[in-house]
Amino acid sequence: MTQGAPPEDPIEDEDPIEDQGYPEWFERVTGVGSSIGQAMVVPVLALFTALIIGGVIIILTDLDTLRLYGESPGEAAKESIVGVWEAYKALFLGAVGSPRAISDTLFSATPLILAGLAVAIGFRAGLFNIGVNGQMLIGGMAALWVGFSFSLPLVVHIMLAFLAGIIFGALWGSIAGLLKGKTGAHEVITTIMLNFIALFLVDYLLKTSFFQATGRQDPISRVVAESARLPTLFPWGRVHIGFLIALVAVFFTYWLLFKSSIGFEFRAVGFNPDAGRYAGMNVAWIYVSVMAISGGLAGIAGSNQLLGLAPYQALPGFSGTTGFDAIALALLGRSHPFGVLAAGLLFGALRAGGRSMQGLAGIPLDLVLIMQALIIVFIAAPELVRSIYRIKAPEGEEGLQLTKGWGG
Amino acid sequence: MQREAGLELELRGCSKQFPGVLACDNVNFTVAGGEIVALLGENGAGKTTLMNILYGLYTPTSGMVLVDGVPLKMDSPADAIAAGIGMVHQHFMLVPVFTVSENVMLGVEPVGRAGWLKQAEAADVVREISGRYNLEVDPDAMVEDLPVGVQQRVEIIKVLEREARFVVFDEPTSVLTPREVEGFFDIVRGLKEDGKGIVFISHKLGEALEIADRIVIMRAGRTVAEVLPGEVSEEQLAELMVGRPVDLVVHKEVAKPEGVVLSVDDLVVFDDRDQRAVDGVSFEVRAGEIVGVAGVQGNGQTQLVEAITGLRQATTGSVSIGGTDVTGDTPRQVHKREVAHVPEDRQRSGLVLPFTVTENTVLDSYYAPPISRGVQMDWGAARERAERLVEEYDVRTPGIDALVSTLSGGNQQKVIVAREFERDITLVIASQPTRGIDVGSIEYIHARIVEKRDAGAAVLIVSSELDEVVGLSDRVIVMFDGKIAGEFDPAVATTTEIGLAMLGSEAEAS
Amino acid sequence: MTDVAVSTTEVKARTTSEQRRATIVGVALIALGGFVFWAFGLNVAGDLDSTFKLSLPTDRFQGIEWTVNTQLLGFVVAGILAFLGGVVLRRSHLKWTNRILAVGMVLFVLAFLAWAAGGKSFSLVGMLRSTVILSVPVTLGALTGLMCERVAIINIAIEGQLLTAAFVGTILGSAFGPWVGLFGALVSGAVLGGVLAVLSIKYRVDQIIAGVVINIFALGLTSFLASRVLAEAPHFNSPGRFTPWPIPILSDIPVLGPMFFDHSFFVYGMFILVIVIHFGLFYTRWGLRSRSVGEHPEAADTVGINVYRTRYRNVILGGLIAGFGGAFITLSQVPRFEENITAGIGFIGLAAMIFGRWMPFGVLGAGLVFGFARGLQTKLGILGAPIPSEFLSMTPYIVTIIVVAGVVGKARPPAADGQPYIKD
Repeated sequence: MTQGAPPEDPIEDEDPIEDQGYPEWFERVTGVGSSIGQAMVVPVLALFTALIIGGVIIILTDLDTLRLYGESPGEAAKESIVGVWEAYKALFLGAVGSPRAISDTLFSATPLILAGLAVAIGFRAGLFNIGVNGQMLIGGMAALWVGFSFSLPLVVHIMLAFLAGIIFGALWGSIAGLLKGKTGAHEVITTIMLNFIALFLVDYLLKTSFFQATGRQDPISRVVAESARLPTLFPWGRVHIGFLIALVAVFFTYWLLFKSSIGFEFRAVGFNPDAGRYAGMNVAWIYVSVMAISGGLAGIAGSNQLLGLAPYQALPGFSGTTGFDAIALALLGRSHPFGVLAAGLLFGALRAGGRSMQGLAGIPLDLVLIMQALIIVFIAAPELVRSIYRIKAPEGEEGLQLTKGWGG
Repeated sequence: MQREAGLELELRGCSKQFPGVLACDNVNFTVAGGEIVALLGENGAGKTTLMNILYGLYTPTSGMVLVDGVPLKMDSPADAIAAGIGMVHQHFMLVPVFTVSENVMLGVEPVGRAGWLKQAEAADVVREISGRYNLEVDPDAMVEDLPVGVQQRVEIIKVLEREARFVVFDEPTSVLTPREVEGFFDIVRGLKEDGKGIVFISHKLGEALEIADRIVIMRAGRTVAEVLPGEVSEEQLAELMVGRPVDLVVHKEVAKPEGVVLSVDDLVVFDDRDQRAVDGVSFEVRAGEIVGVAGVQGNGQTQLVEAITGLRQATTGSVSIGGTDVTGDTPRQVHKREVAHVPEDRQRSGLVLPFTVTENTVLDSYYAPPISRGVQMDWGAARERAERLVEEYDVRTPGIDALVSTLSGGNQQKVIVAREFERDITLVIASQPTRGIDVGSIEYIHARIVEKRDAGAAVLIVSSELDEVVGLSDRVIVMFDGKIAGEFDPAVATTTEIGLAMLGSEAEAS
Repeated sequence: MTDVAVSTTEVKARTTSEQRRATIVGVALIALGGFVFWAFGLNVAGDLDSTFKLSLPTDRFQGIEWTVNTQLLGFVVAGILAFLGGVVLRRSHLKWTNRILAVGMVLFVLAFLAWAAGGKSFSLVGMLRSTVILSVPVTLGALTGLMCERVAIINIAIEGQLLTAAFVGTILGSAFGPWVGLFGALVSGAVLGGVLAVLSIKYRVDQIIAGVVINIFALGLTSFLASRVLAEAPHFNSPGRFTPWPIPILSDIPVLGPMFFDHSFFVYGMFILVIVIHFGLFYTRWGLRSRSVGEHPEAADTVGINVYRTRYRNVILGGLIAGFGGAFITLSQVPRFEENITAGIGFIGLAAMIFGRWMPFGVLGAGLVFGFARGLQTKLGILGAPIPSEFLSMTPYIVTIIVVAGVVGKARPPAADGQPYIKD
């Protein structure tokens, strides 16, 4: 029952979407009035605001310059501004400043896009998959094993490795789906727990003879065979066919969600599982399928991390923070495959630029994490951005409401 | 009748604008102490909005509330309560896991040091009020265990505890059996004797005529008439409510029932709280007849329908459709047996609100040709179908790409009916088919149901609106406490007889 | 006027789901008994003894021990487990299923410890004491979650609150001493609670998203500052420590003394908070109103309770508790801050909250269970038990999944949990 909305029937003749109040030329130039334009306003402003806040943080944590304020404020202020400028220059150049930088961006974007798709599919079905990290780990280990255990022709070997990655990632993901479907256990907790379990499992496996590099005592795996390493796309930079695979995944996810009957079920159950049940859908089974597909995508991401970059070996926790970044991506991309692609490219750029920023200007990579978090906040609470910049909301915007409590 | 001079509650020039909807339009409304005013109007007319303004839940876009001639700011229910206004809501405002006395004292708790609750004192207050106004209730009972009629008493006690001088009842009788309604009226008359001003919101014309001193009718946000009960008939009231002559009677020809389509045999079904909701129910529905299940909600009707349509497992007993045993079939299997199911909660079960009209119309058919080939969906075919349905079932919508959440209740229901009826159907199951819908849509849906019956389908209607069941059905079954308490021929049975059965008393041979 | 029944409607039905669960638990107990019989009984040499030390070197009363034949204990426990399983299977007292399960688990753990300590001695009292200590951040985190969920706000950000509080406590503690550090930690927990509240109440951001975001932000900010600031200025990373305050006389009681009465005030604070919150929630006006907001906010609204203000207040109070928990980590438990020092404790706290059925004393019990699981890894590592340490590390997380999957019965959260309240 809607609370606060008009109690029963609204009057039949609906108003057309109101005029947003921008001057006409502005709308034509920026496309703000159109619906794609609408969708872009908040994300762009979010990025902008995040950059500003990031700059402030850089200034406030530059201890040397801060001390300088005591002696000569003018000098110090200049130092601060220069510091921010250098940082962001490094960021920008590192992201798109050269073919090598662009290649680096695409390279960083690849796992993010895949992981983001995994989370986005979950969101569409009403499931919060925080377990991408764990699914990447398990899927990645499977691909790794195929990678160093055989010697096969290039194409076959790579396909086999990815297949293993998909299957095992899917299996790991479906555990949470099964728990949710059969017992109602909330996937937020189960996936986080499974993350930790996967982490420790990988720790352990990397010390067993099965996986451990011969002659090593520390947890590190054997090296992937030449025939399973992903070939690079261009002579400069590191981007490899993993990026193409990510693109394929984007289109596949789009088709799945919006053109297939399976995706129709996912979306229906995501919005309203009761209606799904009434319509004859097997909701528990759908939860398992969604988590399996999601886990499979994460498995590809994990495999990508091991097969696509030096040293072609696994270290503990090789999935890093990709799982959490993926949540940001899915939100930013509004859980739409193309949105995730765009967001992934953006974050890839931030990553590549961030590395450059760390190397050249000495700013820790974590700043990018902070900016990511800020961007998510602004996306998830568009009100915040709008009230800062005094913009009106478009008609009938769906609040991003996913939580239905813990209930089974 | 005591009328306390000068004690008056007034809404003057109240308007309330929601986005796209003017719910109240310059309304004037008064009620005096010792007077019962009925506020009539169909769903969506603005009655509840008006009362929510009175109670501080909504701020009026313009206009004001005056008590004894003094304008008051109603920013929150606390203000209304302080002004002596009490409201008994249609959907009870009781916390299910609290006891009666906890619910009653909420907001006005007797406390000692550090806010320590004085439970004993609170219970005494409950007992005192319940004794004074003849509202039997146990202060330590947990509200969720109480029957609905008793829960209503708790709501009334809440209101009286705060020394309300004006009490607003919002659709109070929708959850009561006819016998309980009488008891309720006694209580209301008692309150009137005590000098309280009563507002009685309803869409039930007969009850308004019985209890009210004065009747105010609202339509589309405005007050359109004020009449005295002795001066008008039900038909005239209905006409005032809707704005055109309304036929309160469903026109249908005599039924010509043929073979048995639905057969329920000794069905036992448990609900989510592991209680026996359906307790050995047996009945049949034939092709070409409408069987109505009457009874106050909560007597097992919901679980009965769920068991028949496959949404819930029956424990023992069987259900057959067209001669085949379908007990334990999944909803999709049941659906494939040419069964149309209009669910009782359209927003929760029948529709996916954030989906478009098109997507909702293929909710039952998306997985097979012509809507999909294998796994690939054919949206062109889906859209064609949607266009056709919207046209044929007179669904008022900006387009088939509109989100179904923007449609009115009546049109949402039409989408469901369109989807379900638009194929070969041998059995229709409609649960509360016209709840919360405007009169025009009600007439339409009733007509389509009768149409299906005449086309040879068997129809099972479940409704807590006795008028609807009696008017629509060829045969009426009453459910009470999970069992069938009586079977009646609506053409001859009286409301008293049926009402008794709804309470569980043994009925005379039908 | 006829009397309509005013008491609970008769429960005429069998309780099917409770019975099913009893069957599962009963069979599991018997199977467990069988496993214990084989693994901790038959598989053990008959002449091995396990010694459980029941006094610490620092205790007043020394030398209290319990030596038992390992294999015998295994057999005895196996027998009791099978018996308990049988009792549960009879389904005659369904309400006792959970309690019997709890007893069974305790016995199983005892047999397991005896097996791991076969032929050696093992400080049981030390393990019990560290169980209590390790349960503190979990329980405090769970209490934070409880305060929020009782007013129907899901708080996933506990992890971030603990982490931030730990960090702030370290910095301020290093600069100005542990008490200032504690104060700063409390404030930071409350501030993050306020952020969660504003995001979810005012801006109606999905509560889980808001929580996840706060966590990401907290992790990023603390890690960033740790590498940028703390690395440069390590003197900011050595806050003082709060030393234990043993309670006179009580702390000398064997076993119970070191377990409950010889701790830093954080531990005492935890116990006191549990008691205070319990009585507050169920016996005071504040508690009644808060719970009403969590169960049926509309009803609360219509009697004049300010739903929004209640939610803000309770979430911020919860934040204070999280601040307390974070302070414990860096001002009492370990001497310095490290990146991601919390490593998931906040989420275990959430599980403890669900396990404890949103009741303060339940949460305390659940916290102790998780504290025990956390301690297993170190203790068994010391013993040299033949289980890889990584699997032991997994224990708290696996237990959490089992709990959340409802093996311990269906849980009922506050009815309005997770839904924003929308008024005109």
